[in-house]
Amino acid sequence: MIEIKNLHVKIADTDTKILNGVNLTIKPGEVAAIMGPNGSGKSTLSYVLAGKDDYEITEGDILFNGESILEMSPDERAAAGVFLAFQYPLEIPGVPTMNFLKAAMNSQRKARGEAEMTTPEFIKAVKGEASKLGIDMVMLKRALNVGFSGGEKKRAEILQMALLAPKFCVMDETDSGLDIDALKVVSEGVNALRSPERSFLVITHYQRLLDHIVPDTVHVLYKGKIIKSGGKELALELEENGYADIIGEAA
Amino acid sequence: MNIQTKITHTAAEESLLAALAQSEREEAAAVLEHIEDRGLPTRRVEAWHYTDLRTLMRNFPKAPKAIDSEFSSEGLSEMAELVDGFNIGFSNTSHVQGIVGDLPDGVAGVVGDGPITANPVPVKDDYIGQMNSALCEQGAILTVEPGKSIDTPIILAHTCAGETASVLRHKVSVGENASATFIERHHSSTIANHQNVVSNLFLEKGAKVVWVIDQELGVETTRLGQLNIVLGEEADLTILVLNAGGKLVRQEIHVAVNGENSNVAIKGVNLIGEGSHIDVTTTLAHNVPNTTATELFRNVVPAGGKGVFQGQIRVAQIAQKTDAQMACNTLLLTDESDFSAKPELEIFADDVVCAHGATVTDIDDNHLFYLRARGISERDARALLVKAFVEEVFEELDNEALGKALIARIENWLDLNA
Ligand SMILES: Nc1ncnc2c1ncn2[C@@H]1O[C@H](COP(=O)(O)OP(=O)(O)OP(=O)(O)O)[C@@H](O)[C@H]1O
Ligand SMILES: [Mg+2]
Repeated sequence: MIEIKNLHVKIADTDTKILNGVNLTIKPGEVAAIMGPNGSGKSTLSYVLAGKDDYEITEGDILFNGESILEMSPDERAAAGVFLAFQYPLEIPGVPTMNFLKAAMNSQRKARGEAEMTTPEFIKAVKGEASKLGIDMVMLKRALNVGFSGGEKKRAEILQMALLAPKFCVMDETDSGLDIDALKVVSEGVNALRSPERSFLVITHYQRLLDHIVPDTVHVLYKGKIIKSGGKELALELEENGYADIIGEAA
Repeated sequence: MNIQTKITHTAAEESLLAALAQSEREEAAAVLEHIEDRGLPTRRVEAWHYTDLRTLMRNFPKAPKAIDSEFSSEGLSEMAELVDGFNIGFSNTSHVQGIVGDLPDGVAGVVGDGPITANPVPVKDDYIGQMNSALCEQGAILTVEPGKSIDTPIILAHTCAGETASVLRHKVSVGENASATFIERHHSSTIANHQNVVSNLFLEKGAKVVWVIDQELGVETTRLGQLNIVLGEEADLTILVLNAGGKLVRQEIHVAVNGENSNVAIKGVNLIGEGSHIDVTTTLAHNVPNTTATELFRNVVPAGGKGVFQGQIRVAQIAQKTDAQMACNTLLLTDESDFSAKPELEIFADDVVCAHGATVTDIDDNHLFYLRARGISERDARALLVKAFVEEVFEELDNEALGKALIARIENWLDLNA
C-alpha cells in the first residue's frame, strides 16, 4: 500500500532537517502505529504524506500502490485515497461544516470521474456516520471546527474519514483531547473502517488508544528516523519502560 | 497673503468647468470659481488623500440634459432584479420608470427638478455634495407617513447609458414610527460615463429603515455617491453596501446621530476588480448621549485593484454612553492589489466604548492546505475561503430574501473575477 523509502525532509528554504532517512512499508489491511518522543518528526511525516508544501524532500521517495506521490498535490493525493486526520484540526470561519463536507466529497468524486452526490444522498450519508460517532447534526451547521471543543474536532475528523472512505488513513494523535467514552466511540468508528483494502498509520503517545485499535506493527520514530519496529507488544514495552532503553540501544 | 499661481486644468476639469458654466443652478458659480482656482481635489486635500481625484478622474462627459431622445429605459431592463420591489427608475438624468401615484400605500412621492435639499450633514471638503448641488437636474422626493410600515422595498434604480453625466439628488423622509426598505441600485454600460447621486435621508423618532446601496457599474464608469442621514430619537438604521463594479467609485456615507437611543448598523462588501478604484468614506457623528453604532466592511481585491476605506467616528462631548464599533477587513489576493484603511476616532466624551480594527491579509495557507487535504482543488478551496470571508457580512439579515440576493450577487462576481 505505502512504501516510505529513505525519506529525508527539511523545512523548505532552511537547513532545518526533520526526517533523516525514514523507511517504512505498510501493507494493505495493516494498522501500523508510530510512537516517539515529542519533536521526533511524527507530525512532519504525516504532513509530508498529505503533501503540505512547507517541507522539502531532499532524498528518498513515497510510493502509494507502487507509484510515487511526491509530485502530486494535496487534493490529488486525497482523491487517490490518502487521508490525514490532523493533530490540530483547523478552524475555518464562514464555511459551514456541511458545505465543506459536500464540497470535499464531490470534489473527490469529480477527480475520480464519478458522479456527484445528490443532496438527499449526501445528507443521508452524513446523518448515518454522525450518529455512529455521536455527533449532533446541529454542530455540523456551524462553521467548520469553529468553537468546536477539542474532542468535537477529533470526532469531526473521523466523521470526514468515514465519509471520504480513503484507502490510506493517517491519524495524528486522534486520541488527544478525547474523553474516555469518546475514545471508545471513535475507536469503534475506526475499527469499523478496517478492511483488507485499507491501511492505517496511527500516531499516538499512549497504549490506551492501541488497546482499542490494535495495531499489527509498532514503530518508534526518534530524531527523524525509525529506530525500532515490532509487533503490538512493543507498545506495551514502551509504556512500561519509556524510550530510554530503545534510544540507548540505537545509539 | 499667498499668491496663487493659476493651475493648468486637466481635461476632466476643462469639461467640468464647461458644464458648470452652463448650469442654471445658483450654487454653480462658487463651485466653478473653486475648480477654476484649485482644480479637483488632490492627495493634499485630507479627505481625498487616498483618492486623488485630479489624477484619477479622466474625463467629465458632456453636460447632462433633462430631455434627450437617446435616453430610454433600456438600460434599466438590463438590470437583473435584486429583490421584488417598487421601482423608480432613472436613465441618465431622466426619470423613466415608476409612476409616482402608484407608490405603496403610506408613501408619497414626486420626481422633479424643483429646489434641491441642502446637505443636512456638514461634510469636510465636500466635493461630491457641492458638485451635485451645482449640476443636479432632478431626483425623487419620497415621504413615508408616520406609523406606516412599508413591506415592499422601494427601489431607486439608476442607469447610465452612453457617454454622459448623470447628476441626481434624492430626498427621503421617514415619519415617526414608520418603517421601510430603500434600495439604491446603480448600473451602467461599459462606456465612460459619470454618475453623481446624492441621497438625503431623514429618520424621525422611532423610524426604522434599511437602506441598501447596490453598485454594479460598468468597467469605465466613475461614480461619486453620497448618502447623508439624520437620525432622530430611537431611530434604527441599517445600511448595506455592495460595491461590485466601476472604474472609479467613491461612496460617502455621513450619519448625524442626533436622537438619543438610536442605533446605526453599517455592513458592506467591496469587491474590487482589476483596474477598479473603490473608496468608501464614512463619518458617524454621535451628537447626543446613549447611541450605538456598528460598522463592518469586508473587502476582496483579487488582482490589480485599489481599495480605500476611511471611517471616522466622532463623539461629541455630551454624547456619553456612546457605543461605536468599526471594523474593516481586507483580503488581498495578489501582490498587485492594494488597500488603504484609515480608521479615525475623535472622542470628546469620557464615558464611551469605541473601538476600531483594520486588517489586511492574504488567504491563510494552513486553511488552504486543510481544505486541499480533503480533496478540494486549490481553485475551489480559495473560492470557498474568499466567499466565506465576505458572505458572513450579509448572513442573518432580518430580510432573508435580501441577504440571499446579495450573497448570490457576490458569488456571481467572485466566479467571474476571483
Ligand atoms: N515549520 C517549522 N519550522 C521549524 N521547525 C519546525 C517546523 N515544523 C516542525 N519543526 C520542528 O520539527 C520537529 C518535529 O516536529 P513534529 O511536529 O513533526 O514532531 P512530533 O513528533 O509530531 O511531536 P509531538 O509528539 O509533540 O506532536 C520539532 O522539533 C519541531 O519544532
Ligand atoms: Mg505531532
